[in-house]
Amino acid sequence: MKKLSARRRHPLAALVVLLIALAATGGLYATFAPTGKAQAEETSQSLAVEEGQKIFRVGCASCHGTGGQGSSDGPSLVGVGAAAVDFQVSTGRMPLQQQGVQAPKKPNIYTQKEIDQLAAYVASLGPGPAVPEESQYDPAGGDVARGGDLFRTNCAQCHNFTGKGGALTDGKYAPNIDGVDPKHMYEAMQTGPQNMPSFPDKLLTTTDKQDIIAYLDEVGGDEAESPGGFSLGGLGPVSEGLFAWVFGLGALVVLTIWITARSAKARKS
Amino acid sequence: MSSQAGSENENNGEHLPTVREGEDGGGVAVEERDPFANPGLPPHEPRKQDIDERAAKRSERTVSLLFTVSMLATVAFIAAFVAIDVDEIVYIFPLGHVSALNFALGVTLGIALFTIGAGAIHWSRTLMSDVEVIQERHPIAATEETEAISKADWRQGTEESAIGSRKIIRRTMLGALTLVPLAGVVLLRDLGPLPGTKLRETLWAKGKLLINMNTDEPLRPEDITVGSLSFAKPEGLKEGDHSFNNEIAKAALMLVRIHPGDIKDRKSADWGHEGILAYSKICTHVGCPVSLYEQQTHHVLCPCHQSTFDLSDGARVLFGPAGHPLPQLRITVNDEGYLYALGDFDEPVGPSFWERG
Amino acid sequence: MSTTTTHTRRNPPSRGERIADWTDARLGLHGAGRKNIRKIFPDHWSFLLGEIAMYTFLIVLLTGVYLTLFFKPSMAEMTYHGSYAPMNGVMMTEAYASTLDISFDVRGGLLVRQIHHWSALIFIAAMATHMMRVFFTGAFRKPREVNWLFGFTLLVLGCVAGFTGYSLPDDLLSGTGVRFMEGATLATPVIGTYLAFFLWGGEFPGTDIIPRFFAVHVLLVPGIMLGLFLIHLILIFYHKHTQFAGAGKTNDNVVGAPFMPVYVAKAGGFFFLVFGVVTLLAGMFTINPVWDLGPYRPDLVSTGAQPDWYMGWTEGLIRFMPGWEWVIPGGYTINFGVFIPLMIVGVVPTVMVAYPFFESWVTGDRREHHILDRPRNVPTRTGFGVAWLTWVFVLLMAGGNDLWATHFHLSIEAITWFVRIAFFVAPVLAFWITRRICLGLQRRDREKVLHGRETGIIKRLPHGEFIEVHEPLPQEQMHVLTSHDQHTPLELGPTVDDNGVVRKQSPVEKLRVKLSQGYYGEAGQIPKPTRHEYEEITSGHGHH
Repeated sequence: MKKLSARRRHPLAALVVLLIALAATGGLYATFAPTGKAQAEETSQSLAVEEGQKIFRVGCASCHGTGGQGSSDGPSLVGVGAAAVDFQVSTGRMPLQQQGVQAPKKPNIYTQKEIDQLAAYVASLGPGPAVPEESQYDPAGGDVARGGDLFRTNCAQCHNFTGKGGALTDGKYAPNIDGVDPKHMYEAMQTGPQNMPSFPDKLLTTTDKQDIIAYLDEVGGDEAESPGGFSLGGLGPVSEGLFAWVFGLGALVVLTIWITARSAKARKS
Repeated sequence: MSSQAGSENENNGEHLPTVREGEDGGGVAVEERDPFANPGLPPHEPRKQDIDERAAKRSERTVSLLFTVSMLATVAFIAAFVAIDVDEIVYIFPLGHVSALNFALGVTLGIALFTIGAGAIHWSRTLMSDVEVIQERHPIAATEETEAISKADWRQGTEESAIGSRKIIRRTMLGALTLVPLAGVVLLRDLGPLPGTKLRETLWAKGKLLINMNTDEPLRPEDITVGSLSFAKPEGLKEGDHSFNNEIAKAALMLVRIHPGDIKDRKSADWGHEGILAYSKICTHVGCPVSLYEQQTHHVLCPCHQSTFDLSDGARVLFGPAGHPLPQLRITVNDEGYLYALGDFDEPVGPSFWERG
Repeated sequence: MSTTTTHTRRNPPSRGERIADWTDARLGLHGAGRKNIRKIFPDHWSFLLGEIAMYTFLIVLLTGVYLTLFFKPSMAEMTYHGSYAPMNGVMMTEAYASTLDISFDVRGGLLVRQIHHWSALIFIAAMATHMMRVFFTGAFRKPREVNWLFGFTLLVLGCVAGFTGYSLPDDLLSGTGVRFMEGATLATPVIGTYLAFFLWGGEFPGTDIIPRFFAVHVLLVPGIMLGLFLIHLILIFYHKHTQFAGAGKTNDNVVGAPFMPVYVAKAGGFFFLVFGVVTLLAGMFTINPVWDLGPYRPDLVSTGAQPDWYMGWTEGLIRFMPGWEWVIPGGYTINFGVFIPLMIVGVVPTVMVAYPFFESWVTGDRREHHILDRPRNVPTRTGFGVAWLTWVFVLLMAGGNDLWATHFHLSIEAITWFVRIAFFVAPVLAFWITRRICLGLQRRDREKVLHGRETGIIKRLPHGEFIEVHEPLPQEQMHVLTSHDQHTPLELGPTVDDNGVVRKQSPVEKLRVKLSQGYYGEAGQIPKPTRHEYEEITSGHGHH
C-alpha cells in the first residue's frame, strides 16, 4: 500500500489512471453497444466527439472558450480541422503553459487516442483539414530534388536552407525542423500553426508537400549526410567564422607559442 | 654545438660587435651603476641536447620519426585516393555521416603536412644552435653624402632633359598623358546598357494572370485562404526562359489573404480582391526577397536586414532599414474566376535608386 | 668520395656551391647572401601572426589554382543531372553545377574547396590579428608607416577577394550577397543606377557578374596582392624586424636567431604546420556546403543570410540602420539606410590609413622606432584600439542579430536597439576602461620597480610588526619596465612673445596640443620611476 501511495505522485500516474479509466469506459461501451456496423461507426464517432469535448473542457476551454469559439486568450477553433489539433497537441505546443509570443514545442501529455478524440471534437465544430494518411506524408514516396526546390520557394525564408530554423519579429521564431515527425510537417504546412502561414492543397498540392517532407528527411533526419564533415549546426557563415577564429586561428596561435618558446635548458636551477 | 658560436663571428664579422657577455652588451653605454641599465645579453645557457649526446640522439630520432610518419601519411593519402569511392559515406563519431574520401584525404594529407612542420620545428628547437645573435641596425635614411649625390644626379638629369625650360613640351606632354587614359574609360562604356526605364517596368501588365509558383496553374481567389501564403509570377514567364532571372527579380509576387475587416489601409484593400493582397516580394531596402510572413500579425520580415512590413497596413515599414513600403499590385478576378493584374506596379519595385523619385 | 676530393683540392666546391657560383655570376647571388643568409630575426609568438597570414595566403593561391581547373565561371542556365541526387533535375547555372561537380565528382575536389575556404577565413583573421599586434605595439611608427599602408591594402584586398570568391558558386546564399551589393550600388547617389548597370552588364542578375567576379577574384586581386605582399616582405627584410625591450636589445640592434638555419627551419616548418592544420580542418569540418544552399534565384532566399565573417561588420552597419529615405527636391531619392553605411565603410579605411601619421603628428616624434611599445605604456593608443575592436564586435553582433535572437531567446528588435545605442556608447566606454586599466598596470610596474617583487614571505620584525619581504627585480626586468619613452606633452607657447607682440595660435595647433595633452598629460601616463627615486628608496629605509 505504501508503495502505491508513493507512486501516486509519479508523473505518469495520471496517465495510468486515465488509461484505466479509458479502458473501462471502452469496455463498458463495448458491452452495451448496439451491434449494427454502420451504426457502430457513427456512434463511435459521436462518442469520440463526446469524449473529446470532455477533454476540451478540461484542457482547452479556458482559452478557446467552452464551445471552441475563442476568447481574448486564444483564437477560435471553428474550422481549424483535426489536423491542426493533432499537430498542436501531439507536439506539446497546446495546451499552452503560459501566454507568450509563441507556444514552444514541449513534451506531449496526451495519448494518441485522446488527441484523436479531441481532434474529432474540434473537427465537429466546423469543416477543416483532416489528419493526413500515412501514404500522404511518407518521405519514401517523395521526390527529394523537387522537394528541395519547393522548400526553397516556400519554406527556407523562415526555416533556413535545411530547416534549422530562424528568427521572426519580436522574439518569435521559425523552429528547427530536424527530426520532426513527417506527419507533423504535413499538418503544419496544411494548417499553418500560430504565425506560420498555411499552404492549402490548392496552393501546394499533396504531392508537393510529400516532396518537401522527402527533402527534409534527406537533409535533416538522423541519417542526414554532411559529406564535407561536421556541419557546425548548418547555420552558415556565422558559425563558420566563429569556428575559423576559435579553432583555426586559435590552434595556429598555440603553435606559434610552441615554436617561439625557449627550449628546455640543461641547468634547471 | 660549440662550433656554432664561433661561426657567428665569421659570417657577421663585418657589422657585428658580437659581444654577448659582459656589461656593455648591445652597445649600450652603461652609466656607472645605473639601476635601470640594459644588462646586456645574458650568457648562453646550454640545452640538454647541447651537452648530452644521448638527448641529442633522442631529438634526432624524434625528428626523423616525424618525417617518416609524414612519408607514410602521404602513401596513405595516395592509397585512399585510389581505394575509396568518391561518393562513399561513412559514419564517423562525432562528425556525422561524412564523405569517406574527403575525411581520409584530409586526415592523411593533414598529418603528412603537419608532421613535416613538427619535425622541422623540433629540429630547430632542440638541435640547431639557440645562441642568440646580435645584429646592428643602420639608419634607414641615406648618409648625407649619398643624399647629396642622389639629389645632384636628379637635378642633372632634369636639367639635361630641359623639361624645366622648354615649357611647351612639358605642357603638351602633361596634356597628352592626362588625355590618353580617357581611351580606357571610354572602352568601359559597353560594360552594360544604360538603365533607361528598366528599373521602372516589370512583366506585369493589364490582364496578366497570376500563376502559382508551385503548381504553374493560374490562381483563383478561393484557392487562397485566410492565413495562407503563396507566390506568383506573371503569366507567360517560365523557369528556364532566357530572361527568367532578370524578370522574376522584379516581378516576384507575394499573395496573402487578410480578413477585410483587419485591413487598415483602405487603398490597399481596394487594390486587392476580397482581402487577397498582392505585394512585391522584393524588399525596398536592397532587394532581398521578403517573405517571412507571420499570418497572425500580418508582419512580413526580410531575412537579410530585418526590415519589417505590415501587410495589413499597406506594407508600411514597421522596423528596420527599408525606406518605403512594398509596392502593391492591383488585382481582380476575370469572368473565368482567375486572378489577374490590373496593370504594372505603379512605382518601381526593389531597392530605391537616385532617379526613383 | 669526400676523401678523394680532399686529396686533390683543399677547398673543393660542392655541387650546391657550384650552382650558387653560376647564379652569382649572372644574378649577383652572393651579395644578397652575405646580407641575408645570417640575417637575424627576433623571436616572439606574436611575430608569427603575420606568418600565418602569409602561409594561408600561399595555401589559398595554391588551392585556388587547382579549383580554376574545374570551375566554370558561367551563368548559363542548365538542368543538373550530376551525381548529387538531391539536386537532380534542378535548374541552375553552370557555375553552381561545376561547384557541385568539384564537390562530388572530382576526387579530392571537396577537400581542396574546403581547404581554400577555411584558409581564406583564417587568412583574413590572421591579417586582422597581425594588424592588431602591429597597432598595439606601435610597430607602425617610423620607419614602418609605409609598410602599414601596404599591409592595410592587403587586408582590404583580402576582403575583396573573399567577397568575390564567396559569390562565385552562385548558390542561394552568395547570390543574396550579390543582390545586396547591387542594392548598395543602386543606393549610390547620382551615378548608382549607371554603376549598377555597368557592373552587372544590365539588369540584376544578368549573366555577366559571375564571369566578371571570376576575373577579379582569380586574376586582378590576387595579382595585386602578390605584388604588395612581396613588397611588404622586402620591407620587413630591409627594415629588420622590431623587437620588445629586453636584455641586450636596443633600438640600434636586433637580437635573435639567424635566418639560416633556425629561422628557415622555423618558418618553413610553420608553413607545413599551418597547411596541416587547415587540411585537417577541411577533412573534418564542412564549410559552405553549397549543395545544401541550392542554386541562386532572385525570388528565393533563406533566413540566416550572412556574409563571411570579415564582411560581418558591414552587414551589421546595414542591419541596425533606421529606414531613412529622402526624396529631395527634383525628385531624387537618397536611400540613407544603405548610403550612410556605405559612407562609414569608406571612412573606416581612411582612419586606419591615417593613424600612424596622426600619431606622429600629435607626438611630434620623428625618430626611428625599433623597440616595441608595451600596450599599457601608451594608454591612449591602446584605448583607441580596444574601442575600435569593441565597435567591430558590436557591429558583428548586429550582423548576426537573427542568430543571436534564436540562440539566446531574444528579439531581433531588442538586439538591434541595443546595437543602435552601443554603436555610440560602447567604444567610448571601452576607451575609458582600457585607459584606466593601462594606467593601473603602469602604476603596478612602477611599484614593482621601486619596491621590488612581492615574495609572499612574511617576516616578523623585532618590534613585532609583520612585513612581507620584497625582493628587488632582476636587472633585465628593471630595464624592461623603465626603458620606454615618456613624451612630455606639447604646450601652447606664450600668447605674447618676448617683444610683447601677440603670437597667433592656429586652431590646428591648439588641437594638436590638446591631443598631445590627452596622450601624454597627467591623465595619459604615470611617470615612470627615475633613478633618483629608486636610489632614494633603496638607500633609505629598506623595502616596503
